[in-house]
Amino acid sequence: MSKIIIPTPLRKFTNNEAAFETAGATVAASIEELVAKYPDLRQHLLDKEGNLRSFIRIYVGEEDINRLEGAETAVPAGTDISIIPAIAGGSGAAAVAQEPVTFSKAEIERYSRHLIIPEFNIEGQRKLKAAKVLVVGSGGLGSPLLQYLAAAGVGKIGIVDYDVVDDSNLQRQVLFGVESVGKPKVAEAAARIQSLNPHIEVQTYNTLLTSDNALDIIKDYDLVADGTDNFATRYLVNDACVLLDKVNVYASIFRFDGQVSVFNFVDEEGTRGPNYRDLFPTPPPPGLVPSCAEGGVIGVLPGIIGSLQALEVIKVITGVGKPLSGRLYLFDALNFEARTLKVHRDPSNPLNGENPTQNELIDYVQFCGTGYAEEEHKAEERPVKEISVQELKKWQDGEQDFQLIDVREPHEYEIVQINGKLIPLGTVSDHADEIARDKPVVIHCRSGVRSAKAIRELENSFGFENLHNLRGGVLAYAREIDPTLPTY
Amino acid sequence: MLPISLSPYALDTMKADAETAFPNECCGFFYGKDGEVRQVIEAHPVQNSKEGDQRRRFEISPLDYIRAEKYAMESGLSLLGVYHSHPNHPAIPSEHDLKQAVPVFSYIILSIQQGNFDHIRSWQLDEDGAFTEEELQVPAAT
Repeated sequence: MSKIIIPTPLRKFTNNEAAFETAGATVAASIEELVAKYPDLRQHLLDKEGNLRSFIRIYVGEEDINRLEGAETAVPAGTDISIIPAIAGGSGAAAVAQEPVTFSKAEIERYSRHLIIPEFNIEGQRKLKAAKVLVVGSGGLGSPLLQYLAAAGVGKIGIVDYDVVDDSNLQRQVLFGVESVGKPKVAEAAARIQSLNPHIEVQTYNTLLTSDNALDIIKDYDLVADGTDNFATRYLVNDACVLLDKVNVYASIFRFDGQVSVFNFVDEEGTRGPNYRDLFPTPPPPGLVPSCAEGGVIGVLPGIIGSLQALEVIKVITGVGKPLSGRLYLFDALNFEARTLKVHRDPSNPLNGENPTQNELIDYVQFCGTGYAEEEHKAEERPVKEISVQELKKWQDGEQDFQLIDVREPHEYEIVQINGKLIPLGTVSDHADEIARDKPVVIHCRSGVRSAKAIRELENSFGFENLHNLRGGVLAYAREIDPTLPTY
Repeated sequence: MLPISLSPYALDTMKADAETAFPNECCGFFYGKDGEVRQVIEAHPVQNSKEGDQRRRFEISPLDYIRAEKYAMESGLSLLGVYHSHPNHPAIPSEHDLKQAVPVFSYIILSIQQGNFDHIRSWQLDEDGAFTEEELQVPAAT
């Protein structure tokens, strides 16, 4: 025989008996005997499938059965079986007994489709109304994010962006119309979402998020949704969220690929999930991963990924469902394939690993600009000879015999070209023999970044000395020499 | 909810534990007699076994829980509940407290502001799974 020790909170189901004698050979058999005698206990110990509930822990003697053989653990005669409720808690979450959140008739009607979902209901809606969310970036991802968060009734939304609306934004940034072009994004975005939902508060920050202002802006919010398009801001948002103990709902997009994850999320058991630095300890070398402005993005992709991001924000706030913490969702639009990878905390994370070394924000522009070998860095930085579009125009008009090389991709060449010979950047070394050595050569791309790379590569590998980079690329040419040319 | 009363000894133990643990959260059990008034006679601090940041979380290890039940049986007192502190936060249960709460136990929370005891409240899970405040009878300051 052995004894099951009944915890005090469950003794009301055992007529105040503190112990139960059992002859069961295993934990499962013993528990089965116990609930057979006290049927009211069953629902507190076992789930519908008859398995032990996750928040109940069982010890045989002084050992957790999860470290032995679970419910099948043998019970030697004379050993105590202890049923142990989880005892934990803490102040690190919103207080539950605070000022009640109430709704007007208009709000009840507006949110009725939320209110009738059983697991969401008015409690979920209250949490949304009480929540303060900061959206960093009001572009491609920010467009669906802001609209869905506003429509869903997030009580306060902050928007950070320093940019103005450009023609090239309208292909994907559906917050804006043609009348928005040239105006600050935050103001246009705020007006749009405020008209979508007048019951919420919107605050704008028409500024670049920097190490100097990030903590001050983020501290007033419960959660941050990162919709930025560059690594420096991404690390900045991540680090600020970890330092301030805020959840960071992250998404990014590039061409046909999207990513989503929830960082720095603390689950109900108090376990903190990974953050961006656990996933990517250091940024990629500058230029390896182009931004959307350089690499392009299919316009509907931010609509898909930003909507998933909005979904995770709402789940985290309401506690409904299982948030994407400790997991990275990858979407490949070209093949219509999605994968979810596991992300683990990295003991060497400088923010909250085993030996944290960083307790403040750093210079992220520098961090993302020097995250690779110093030597390579110097080579990248060495200036190349440049030529202005005005000089090029003179040469084209016959003042100088020269060769013009275009290192963009064929699909870009189809959009606009200025009679250069097309040799895409990835193939310049293979075509080095087609580049003239007996006269000046002008190399151009869209804006001047890739052509500078091509020149360095040709100079380093083939010893060219006659190469000139067209400053500002075909964009500058279209702007200053031939406005009839389209830009992209 | 029935009222709950604290002996001066139990209150002093909890306060001292909470102020010493600041800025971390402290935790412990309390024992006494259950009746018309739930009388807390003594409180026993236990180690906060939460891994990582303890400023906003506490956890009591299963072995400490087993010892607490054993102590109650041996001493003839009832295990009445769990206390913990909220450093720089009011003594109001959080979502974490609610999710981990078990019925019957009283949950006493001490609010510690900048290292000094500020106020104390007691809560119990009701039939609907929400926290209801209990009337807490605290001995007059000596």
